[in-house]
Amino acid sequence: MRSFYITLKYLAIALWTAFVVGPFLWALSTSFKDFSSVTSGAKYIPWLQFKPTLEGWNVLWRTPARGGVDIAEPFMNSLMVTTLASAISIALGTLAAYALSRYTFKFGFVKNNDITFFFISQRIMPPVVLSIPFFIMLSKFGLLDTIAGLVTVYIVLLMPIAVWIMVDFFNKVPRELDETALIDGCNPFQAFFQVVLPNSIPGLVVATMFCLIFGWTDFFFSFILTFTEVQLLPVRIVALNSSITPWWSLSAAALISVAPLLLVAFVVERFLSKGNLSGALK
Amino acid sequence: MLVGDKISLEVGGETHLSDVSFEMAPGGLYTILGRTLAGKTTLLKSIAGLTEFDSGALSSSGQDFTKVPVWQRNVAMVYQQFINYPHFNVFNNIAFPLRKKGLSKDEIQKRVARSIEQVGLEGFELRKIQELSGGQQQRVALARSLAKASKILLLDEPLVNLDYKLREQLREELKDLIDSEFNKDGIVVYSTTDPLEAMQFGGTLLVMDEGRIIQQGPAVDVFEHPATCRVAEITNDPSMNLWPATFTGGQFHIAEGIDLPAPADTSGVNEGACIVGFRSNDIRIEAGGLEFVVELSEIAGSETIIHLRRGETGMIARVEGVVDLKMNEVVPVKINTDWLYIFGTDETLVKSPFGSKD
Repeated sequence: MRSFYITLKYLAIALWTAFVVGPFLWALSTSFKDFSSVTSGAKYIPWLQFKPTLEGWNVLWRTPARGGVDIAEPFMNSLMVTTLASAISIALGTLAAYALSRYTFKFGFVKNNDITFFFISQRIMPPVVLSIPFFIMLSKFGLLDTIAGLVTVYIVLLMPIAVWIMVDFFNKVPRELDETALIDGCNPFQAFFQVVLPNSIPGLVVATMFCLIFGWTDFFFSFILTFTEVQLLPVRIVALNSSITPWWSLSAAALISVAPLLLVAFVVERFLSKGNLSGALK
Repeated sequence: MLVGDKISLEVGGETHLSDVSFEMAPGGLYTILGRTLAGKTTLLKSIAGLTEFDSGALSSSGQDFTKVPVWQRNVAMVYQQFINYPHFNVFNNIAFPLRKKGLSKDEIQKRVARSIEQVGLEGFELRKIQELSGGQQQRVALARSLAKASKILLLDEPLVNLDYKLREQLREELKDLIDSEFNKDGIVVYSTTDPLEAMQFGGTLLVMDEGRIIQQGPAVDVFEHPATCRVAEITNDPSMNLWPATFTGGQFHIAEGIDLPAPADTSGVNEGACIVGFRSNDIRIEAGGLEFVVELSEIAGSETIIHLRRGETGMIARVEGVVDLKMNEVVPVKINTDWLYIFGTDETLVKSPFGSKD
């Protein structure tokens, strides 16, 4: 009976793995096809079922003048905007979260929970609602189609995530830890940077991961707020679509765009299994 | 000299501290005894500067302490939870406050080594906090506060989260440490809910209840002369048994069939209504005594705590040894009236078996 359940468990895991990994393998296979291989029925295994070609990948490096689409530039743009916005969001969001977790604020009827909710509420509205004011504001400041403009908008999108995750995390860090630091001669800033923050790495890692994911995968705002000067990766990938859909280069570009997130996931996994807070409070 | 004057704190309509006044002299050991939520931790945090109070004054050596931020007060505090820095090993945990003080490397090395030795953690210097047991973690916290050599050491129920055996052992060590380290010019404030612990620590006892200090004085004094019924309850575990009584004709009439003979000396006790009190260990199960019904009997270590009832009158007895009693069993009980406390109807002490307080 026991072995039956174990078999069942592994079967479930295998199914799920196939479900998750399948599309990636399919995309990988498709990226090496040409027009005829894609349109002539279901074929998956290179050399056996179709003749692989690097054309789908090559298109991505070539300049437009030579018939390519050049995703290197939008890739770098995406990398810059996402990391900058994430870094600023984490830095500001962590400070805000610590303040919200440890100090009591009161502006009339507005208290800590209301402020925390205000941050999160930025993510409740459908992006479309935000897009028009963002567009008008950026155009007023001359920031449309610039890296600075995108970073600004992305901070608005990512900081709520950072605040939300970090408030929750700091609430679980025993207050007595900060108090002990104060008693031991730290001023409040030292208590935060030398004691609380070093023990908040798991929270920081999770918050950073979410910021990177949401920033990297955003299509809507980069689509609305940029035109030609600064294109981000998702926009460029969609732009690959012309009269005929180039499934091969779309697949290749999709794999490239997923790669950084895979890297993040692997790094994060190591951190999460290692650090924990036990020992601060038993 | 640490002086508190009428310190009061109210949070959201709830009284946390109410007119708390005290004087603590260097070289003194002060034990705050009170039930949970009596305001012990709040008082300690107020002294440390972690809690701001609404009104009252706090000064240390003549300096207004309320103007000094926590990190400059140079106090040490050990919490009932085992609070250490999880990202440091044992050595760095203890060294952290010393580094904040800007001491030299040699001095830090010397002091850390010494306090590690004092709490018996030699060989654990490089361990991570997470790898230590609860008792060891509390030893690290203790070592950190000792190494600082602060003028004021606050110990907030430091032993309460330890298991029984370890508590006993660490209590002894702690007492020795305090006696040896701080009897010169430090002030040690120790809070506890356990009367026995308070008695063992001795020093000056401050009995707290509902945010007030309801009695303070030498521990033995408070134990022998509880000012009120409430103090008598708090300073005894189980609580002192308190019975409303009528004093007539040389005996205390409690209820139908329950009369206690008066102790030899009843000078100052007026005839009429009063409250008699006796400790749970002044009750014996003995043939020929008053018959009581066992409501509950629990074995606590080498003693047995028995809840007894006769009609409306209930009491808690603590007897030596393991006594096997069943619920609703009827047992003969004798109360040693030599150790009877007599309170007035206003619940203040009239007569202590230890005589008058000179």
